Order: sequence, then structure tokens, then C-alpha cells
Amino acid sequence: MEVLELARWQFGITTVYHFLMVPLTIGLSVLVAGMQTAWVRTGDQRYLKMTKFWGKLLLVNFAMGVVTGIVQEFQFGMTWSAYSRFVGDVFGAPLAMEGIVAFFVESTFLGLWIFGWDRLPKRVHLACAWAFSLATVASAYFILAANSWMQHPVGVEFVDGRPRMNSIWAVLTNNTALAAIPHTVTGAFAVAAAFLVGIAGWHLWRRRREADEHRAVWRSSLRLGGWVGVVAFAVLVVTGDMQGKLMFEQQPMKMASAEALCHTEKPASFSVLAIGDVADADCEDVKTFTVPALLSFLAHNDFSTEVKGIQDLVGEYQERYGTNYPDDPALGELAGKPIDYVPSLPVTYWGFRIMIGFGALSAAAGVLALWVTRRGRIPDGRWFPRMLLLGIVTPFVANIAGWIFTEMGRQPFVVVPNPTGIDGVWMFTAQAVSTISAGEVWASLISLTAVYAVLGIVEIFLIRKYVRGGIEGVLPPPPADKDPDDTDALAFAY
Amino acid sequence: MDLVTVWFCVIAAFWIGYLFLEGFDFGVGMLLPVLGRDDTERRVMVNTIGPVWDGNEVWLIVAGGAMFAAFPGWYASLFSGAYLPLLVLLLALIGRGVAFEYRGKVDSPRWRRTWDRVIMFGSWIPPLGVGLLLSTTVLGLPLDAEGNRVGSAFAALRWDTLLGAVALAGFALVHGAAFLALKTTGELRARARGLARGLLPVALLPLFGLLLLVQWQHGALWTAGTLAVAVLAAALAWWRLTLVREGQAFAALGVLIAAAGVTLFGALYPDVIPSTVDKATSLTAAEAASGPYTLQVITWVAAFGAPAVLIYQGWTYWVFRKRIGTQHIPQVHVPK
Repeated sequence: MEVLELARWQFGITTVYHFLMVPLTIGLSVLVAGMQTAWVRTGDQRYLKMTKFWGKLLLVNFAMGVVTGIVQEFQFGMTWSAYSRFVGDVFGAPLAMEGIVAFFVESTFLGLWIFGWDRLPKRVHLACAWAFSLATVASAYFILAANSWMQHPVGVEFVDGRPRMNSIWAVLTNNTALAAIPHTVTGAFAVAAAFLVGIAGWHLWRRRREADEHRAVWRSSLRLGGWVGVVAFAVLVVTGDMQGKLMFEQQPMKMASAEALCHTEKPASFSVLAIGDVADADCEDVKTFTVPALLSFLAHNDFSTEVKGIQDLVGEYQERYGTNYPDDPALGELAGKPIDYVPSLPVTYWGFRIMIGFGALSAAAGVLALWVTRRGRIPDGRWFPRMLLLGIVTPFVANIAGWIFTEMGRQPFVVVPNPTGIDGVWMFTAQAVSTISAGEVWASLISLTAVYAVLGIVEIFLIRKYVRGGIEGVLPPPPADKDPDDTDALAFAY
Repeated sequence: MDLVTVWFCVIAAFWIGYLFLEGFDFGVGMLLPVLGRDDTERRVMVNTIGPVWDGNEVWLIVAGGAMFAAFPGWYASLFSGAYLPLLVLLLALIGRGVAFEYRGKVDSPRWRRTWDRVIMFGSWIPPLGVGLLLSTTVLGLPLDAEGNRVGSAFAALRWDTLLGAVALAGFALVHGAAFLALKTTGELRARARGLARGLLPVALLPLFGLLLLVQWQHGALWTAGTLAVAVLAAALAWWRLTLVREGQAFAALGVLIAAAGVTLFGALYPDVIPSTVDKATSLTAAEAASGPYTLQVITWVAAFGAPAVLIYQGWTYWVFRKRIGTQHIPQVHVPK
């Protein structure tokens, strides 16, 4: 394989892996801060137990999010140095802001929160929880602003062969970003919500026949998770629709391939499922179960408008951005070859459907869990814990599918051209890669994947252990007789 | 001073801040099997840096991110040019970061021993890697006119850059021992102080070797001055350790690393990576920099953000200012 292909696999694997940790961290940190607020305000021990239990799981997960995030940042310079040189002027700014404004806050106040129990006044300690959790959201904002610039470059002019930023405000308020941020952050809440519902529900079910002193903790957690999940789904639908409409405008090829819409239609029908392989058909109609005119509505809020198909778009792209790659030896095998403007159809078509389908499944699991546990009931059947377990997995799948769709759907571009136009500001993925040897990328691809696999197993083992341990596992029993010399013992220590 | 120069100084400041802060927490990890005689002592050591190591590590992330924003050319050439050393550095940081969090999560000697090893290797390798990276940027890479590396994948591994690697590891070792002497009580404190004092004259030799080399190859008159400050600070640190003034010794080591960093970056300027094949293809700060607008934007961000960071990180150190000893370590409590 060539450097380009290896580098793309590496970026894909490390990003997807990183994004298994990130949404849970974002969602859970805000919810834990909320639980702690409830405890400080009411003094109810139930909320303290919730804070401690979910906080512990948050920490196990957070560590992995941080260490895999460093890989993401360094990778731009290591494997995508041509990209970094080309876009650094604008893309680097939100990344630097994320570090200075958000990530410093996040890591410092997390340390204060972990070790500050009993050492800080209650309210100051609570403020640390909020500083940490809101900073995770701010981090997401800056990273998504950077990513959105790759999807839809704004705030720049083309000078001396590369984009020069001329408005940071435009970059930070890119409409692509303003749509992507609520969608992604809400997706994070959906993940955390399903996590709460699944684990709390399992605990409720496991001790359903005994008088369990912690039942109130699990009930509150489950109800909280259920409601957050339901609200999150509603927001996801609305923001997803906003994002989709922008994409029809800004990246028509991505949306056409998400729908496997080969020919321009007016009005265009929405494909629910396809029978047969979307790729093998060579962009011929394989759609089945279509909903007439729905795609037109999704694209333009009007049931009768035209939606452009892949084959017409290819012609347009060739006219605007060229038919062949430049004859540059740095492009390797692709130098001088025709440009393929159609992203991988199976990936975009199914990625889009898996995102929506699994998102809906996760909301359905939340609704069902709320319904069957209404007024203190606890279901008896084995189906209940099984459903909850599946419920935890579904939003993760939806999130990952959404990202794969978004990023694969912009190929062959790494910086997608802005159709309304800043001349010259786009970049093909093939041009972005470093001039390094394939051996170097092989080494990193293999070692990173192996380390990630091992750590993934360790994390799941630890989460499982702490989940099973329940409240007793995170709250030490009160000391029977306190040693007078021992009053200064750390409340929390590694 | 134009903004390019200002940002060159800011980048240098972020790296120096990183070397100072994570220098000691690397040192603590490196010394874990040496100074920690039993599990409780090792827990004391880990807990001296427990609340702060993560915040310290962000200095690396910000140094990298700020390089990307202010000097994309520098970031791209250095990070792709020194690909393999950076990879090893990343792998070590990944292991180290989770090791702190996971070490105490299972009550089993074997589990803790495994993670102790990860912490140790994860604390030795990154200072070696960062030392190699920074000495590479000062001593140069074989670069072509586009800023791409023309040499092999191992172009960054030379005797002079390896000296840089050992130099930083040596500093971290002394800095970590001094920090432990400052933050612990009892026997551990005495042992850490003795070790810091004994190690200092030997472990800092590679650093002074590197500084002399850089001064000889690229230095200016004024960097000879900062080099002299570094030497004096090292002597001061040793003297203060002898007098059981651990705080002052630790501060002197801080002055030492700041002076060393200023010497390295001062000798480098106006280049950001000298080319070892042809002086004409050296990458300069002006060539590698972003446009004036971008530099202005991030100047505002840094002007407001960086002081805030210093204040709340300083507050963290204040909150956790107490020395800790084996008597403060609570019982292990984990789910069965």
C-alpha cells in the first residue's frame, strides 16, 4: 500500500477510536456535574452516591480520551505535513485556542476535582466540576470549528498559493460548525444517556427481589438517562436536518451519495433501504422502499424541488476543479490520473442509514426503559438487561457511523471547496500527505492499533469491574475508629 | 519586535514551561522503582504529582498546537521529519497517561507492578523523545527547499541529537528527585534529597554538553550569558540541596531549565530548523510563519489565556501544597 492509503487508514482508525471515548466523556462530565449540583443543593446522599459512581466511570474513560487525543494532534504534522503547511494559517488557530482556552481548564480542574474532595470547600469543588465539564464542551466546539472549516472553508483569501485567514469570526461562526456542534454534542449526551440507562437498569434488575438500599440511586440514574436520551434524540433530529440541508448546499456530492441518487430527480424520492450492493450497480438505480418527494423536502424544505444526482455532479466538479490530478511526482501513482469525485457509495449510503437507524434504536431503548420502570416497577424478564446492554452500544455505533459518513463523504477532498466560492481554497486528500516512507506509516499504524486494542480491552475490563462493584465499590465504608494522628489522610489518592 | 519574533518567543516559552513542569513529573515516574521501596511509598510518589501531571502535559499539547497555528511550516517539517522518534514518544505517553489512572483500580500486586513498569518506561521515553525532538530542531535535519526531509527515516537519530535526548532525561531525573524531596516527608524525603544531590553533577553533564555544542555551532554572544546562568543555577541547586533547602533547590533547577531553553532557542533563531545538507534550504521563522492576521488573532488569545492558565495552575499547586508521607495514604478500596 502507498503512504496515502496507509495514512488514511491510520487517521480513520485513530479518530474512530478517539471518538469512542470523547462523547462519553463530554456527556457524562456534564451529567456528573449536574448530579453533584443536586447533592450540594439538597444534601441528599443519593446524589452524592450517583456523583461518586458515575464520576469513577468517567475517570476510567477520560484517561483514554486524553492520550488518544494527543495522537490526533501530532498526526497532522507527522503524516499530513503537506496539509498542515497548506492550511496551518487558519486550521491551526482553533486548535491552539482549544489548547489554551479549553484543554488547560479541563485537565487542571479535573485534577482539582479528583483530589479536591474534602480539601476544597463544597461549592468551590462543585465549581471545579462545572469548569471541567463545560471545558469539555468548549473543546468540542473548537475542534468542530476546525473540522467544519475542512468541510466548508470560510474566512480566508487565497494568497501566495495558500489560504490566508482574514476573519477568525467567520471561522468560528461558520454555519457548518454551528450546525455540526449542537448535533455532535447532543450525540455525546445520547451516548452518556444510554450508558446511564443501561448500567442503572441492570443494577435495578439484578437486585429486583431484595430490599436494596441503593435502589433510589439506580432509579434516579435510569430516569435521568432515559429523559436525557429522549430529549437528545429530538434535538439530534432537528440539528441533523439542519446539517443535511447545509450539506445539500455545500457538499452536494456527499448527500447525493448518501442517498445513492445517481440521476437528478425532480422531485427526488428518499431511499429507505437498498436491495443489492450500491457499489456493484455502477451508479444505477438500486433503491427500493422509497418515499416519494421526501428527499426534495429534506434538501430544500419543499416537496417539488430538484435534487442533483451523482452523474450530473461529476460533470460539474470536473468543470470546476479539473479532470486530472496535477502531474506532480509527490502524488505518486495518482499523478496525472483522472480524479474520482464519487466517494465510496457503500460507505456513505450505509453510514448514513446506520447513523440514523442506530440513533433511533437508542432513543427507543430509552423510551422503553422509562415506560417499563414507571411508578417504581422493575421488569422481571431477562429481555430487560439484554435490551439495556444493546441500548448502550447503539449510540456509539450511530456516532461512529456518522463520523465515517461525514469524513468519507468528502473524499477525494481533504478541504472541500466552498461552492459559493473562494478561488483556489481546496485540497485533494492525495496532496495532503507527508513525504515519508511507507515503512514509517506501517510502523505507526501497527503499533498504535495494537496499543489501542490492548488498552481497549483493559478499559472494558475496568468499566465492567466498577459497574459490577456498584456503590460499595466507590464509597469506602466509614472508618470504625479514627486514629487521631490520621486526620490528615488524603480523601482521595491514586 | 515583529509578531513572528514574538511568536518564536511564545513557542519557546511554551516548550520551556513544558520542560519545567513535566520535567519533574517525568522524574518522579523514572524514580518510581528506585526510590519507592514498597507499594505505599510508590503511592506517595505517584500522589505527589497526581493532581497536576495532566495539567502539565497540556503544555506539550499547547506547544504543539501553537506551533501549528503560528509556524505551520515548522510544525510540519519537524513532526514529519522526526516521525519515528515522535511515534515512540506518543506510545510512551499513551501508556503513561492511562497507567496513573489504572494503577490503583485493581487490588493485586501483579496488576500494580505491571502499571508501575508502564509508568517507569512511560516516564523515561518521553523526555528522551522530547530532548531528541528539540535538539533536532536546533541542530538541524536534512531538508530540501520545500521543507521536506531528504534523508532516511532515521535522519533525526544522530550522536548529537541523542546527546540532546540524554540531556533532557538527565535533567528530568534530578528535577524529579528534587521535587520529591520538596513534596514528601520522612525517610522518602531524605532519600530523595540525597539522590538529587548525588545525581546532579553527573546527570546534568549531558545537558551542559549539549548547550556547549549548540553554543559552539549556532550560538551568539548573549546566549553565552544565558549558558553561564544555567551553570550557576545548577551549582546553586546543588548547594541548596546540601543545606536541606529543597524549595530553593527546586526553584534553582527551574532557572536552570529556563536558561538552558533560552540558550537553545536563542541560538536557533532566526532559523527554526537548520538544514544539514545546504545552509540555503534552512527553514527560517519568517518562512515557516502564518500570516500577520493569524498571528494577531492568536496573540490576543494567548495574551488573555496564558495568564489565566498560570493563575489557576498556580492555585492547583497551592491547594495541594502540603507534603505527603506514607501516613497520609488511605487504604486501597476497589470493587472486589
